[in-house]
Amino acid sequence: MTNNIKNYNYPDSSGHFEEFGGKYVPETLIPALNELEEHYLDQKSNKSFQNNLNNLLKYYGGRETPLYLAKRISKELGYNVWLKREDLNHTGAHKINNALGQMLLAIEMNKTRIIAETGAGQHGVATAACAAKFGLKCTVYMGEEDIERQKLNVFRMNLMGAEIIPVTSGSKTLKDATNEAIRDWVTNVENTFYIIGSSVGPHPYPMLVRDFQSVIGLETKKQFKKQSGKNLPDRLVACVGGGSNALGLFHPFINDKVKIIGVEAAGKGVATNEHAATLSKGKFGVLHGAASYMLQDDNGQVTIPYSLSAGLDYPGIGPEHSFLHKIKRVDYHSVTDEEAVNALQWLSEKEGIIPALETAHAIAYLLSEKNDIEKGEDVIINLSGRGDKDVNTIAKYLGNII
Amino acid sequence: MSRLKKLFKKDRNKLVVFITAGFPKKESTEDLVLQAIEGGADMIEIGIPFSDPQADGPIIQKASEIALSNGISLSVIFDQVRSIRKKTDIPIALMGYYNPILAYGIDNFLNDCKTSQIDGIILPDLPLDEGTFFCEKAKSVNISPILLVAPNTSNERIKLISKLSQDLIYAVSILGITGGDMSSKENLKKYLLRVKDNSECPFIVGFGINSSDDVEWFNNYSDGAVVGSAILKKVLNDPTNKPVYNFVKNLKGRTK
Ligand SMILES: Cc1ncc(COP(=O)(O)O)c(C=O)c1O
Repeated sequence: MTNNIKNYNYPDSSGHFEEFGGKYVPETLIPALNELEEHYLDQKSNKSFQNNLNNLLKYYGGRETPLYLAKRISKELGYNVWLKREDLNHTGAHKINNALGQMLLAIEMNKTRIIAETGAGQHGVATAACAAKFGLKCTVYMGEEDIERQKLNVFRMNLMGAEIIPVTSGSKTLKDATNEAIRDWVTNVENTFYIIGSSVGPHPYPMLVRDFQSVIGLETKKQFKKQSGKNLPDRLVACVGGGSNALGLFHPFINDKVKIIGVEAAGKGVATNEHAATLSKGKFGVLHGAASYMLQDDNGQVTIPYSLSAGLDYPGIGPEHSFLHKIKRVDYHSVTDEEAVNALQWLSEKEGIIPALETAHAIAYLLSEKNDIEKGEDVIINLSGRGDKDVNTIAKYLGNII
Repeated sequence: MSRLKKLFKKDRNKLVVFITAGFPKKESTEDLVLQAIEGGADMIEIGIPFSDPQADGPIIQKASEIALSNGISLSVIFDQVRSIRKKTDIPIALMGYYNPILAYGIDNFLNDCKTSQIDGIILPDLPLDEGTFFCEKAKSVNISPILLVAPNTSNERIKLISKLSQDLIYAVSILGITGGDMSSKENLKKYLLRVKDNSECPFIVGFGINSSDDVEWFNNYSDGAVVGSAILKKVLNDPTNKPVYNFVKNLKGRTK
């Protein structure tokens, strides 16, 4: 049973969720993080900034996104499954909510150059789109392995004029793309804004990304009430890579009597060495500027994660998730590649919606024997993104060539 | 008086040499450190390799990667330092990232620093904001935390950082990572004078320093110059024929 808490108010003013979070960064970045925090707190209560952002989300991003009662799978499962359709956003995932928000901050702070890291390429595409729209130069760091498995997104970023820098160090995936983006930022901190793609990194990023994504949960709350006639759903489910789509859905419900489930990637299984199940198998540590759980060996060296899904293939997790795990406000599960691909096929066949591989992990929770969902519940799933980018990977996994 | 305090009391040019532990071979640490001392180094920084060295450029990244694949670890490094300590009394600092130290256990780490006679600790990802606990603990066992300042650190913050550090601080010469490009001497001079005016303790300067001219120049405006990437580059290119000794001797050339 999950704990409910009253008046959740984190992070504290120093950017901590108790022992998690903080700013574990080179000194050069401290003034930049402080400046960012100041501007953000200013704009957060600034009506014209918020109006501007809301208009962009609506007319450029396509909000609000529908909350869709998936009747066929609901009938099969014996409870109501509601899908929050973030896949219908411009550029295909929830990532645009955050990219637009940070882009407006960058403009307000007179930064002329944008950098980002990307795993699945969804954040890279969202950032490239915003940069094109506002006429700013954009450089995206992406691991060589991810460039290979998310070719479609690389091409989209190129079309929108972004420069992609392949990262060949370490795991050649999201972890190392993030290292390179941080190194770039340290070097070009004066004119460059680093748009981080998930609720990770040093304070204020985890807070700011969560806040920009919270539009998901706020809309969901209203829509659910209106469409179901009930006050609150019973359960929320989202996949967790760094944790931004999950926090976006969860955060507005954090003080409510609602069960909350985060789903991590178990890759080839948590009993193997090939997974990205940070909360199940990780230990406390410091990576990419924040204290949180992470996959590491006994010497404190970060280990290389694995997931078929590039967006979940990350050895860390946002500090707020580590905190929510510790206080047991959110239950974290993990599902394997195989379960995710099955769920992806199932949703495609039953509802005509092809989810992203990341999102498929949340769907797979419904099919898992380990869930304790009761008949008649109302379960809301964050459908964080669409699967177009993944068709090559899935085809290959299923032994087809397209 | 501590080795660090003694060294920085002396009014002469100082050269600090950075060596990544366990590179190019696991057992190379001692040989390279002794070469540096023979060449004239006044202080040694031993780098603790980390899988994700955010503040490091390509050369130290490469050296760390090789060292980790050689199986280097903190406990091996402490054994190596104990052996080095039998042969030299010059100040030695460890430089690394916070996570391997957390995994080792802070108390355990400081205890081994003590028994292997480490003088200082430099952690680029543990700034003032997060560092109070660790720094106070280190100081309580007479090990000097050496915090960093950067060209964009305010005067007020330099003061606070030097207060917490107490014995020595490390001024990063550039906005950038190790081995990066130097900015104009004019800007550097202004910055270093600012550090001098605001720091309550001596300071060394590093990142991107790679010639004897640099070493001499930086010593005019600070208490010592650190050379790292440039030395490791020599070792990467040709590990034979005492590359560290030869290069350090050359760097030290005019700073007698
Ligand atoms: C569709 C989709 N969902 C989820 C994620 C995971 O990120 P987060 O945990 O920040 O939502 C990604 C990341 O690339 C994604 O593209």
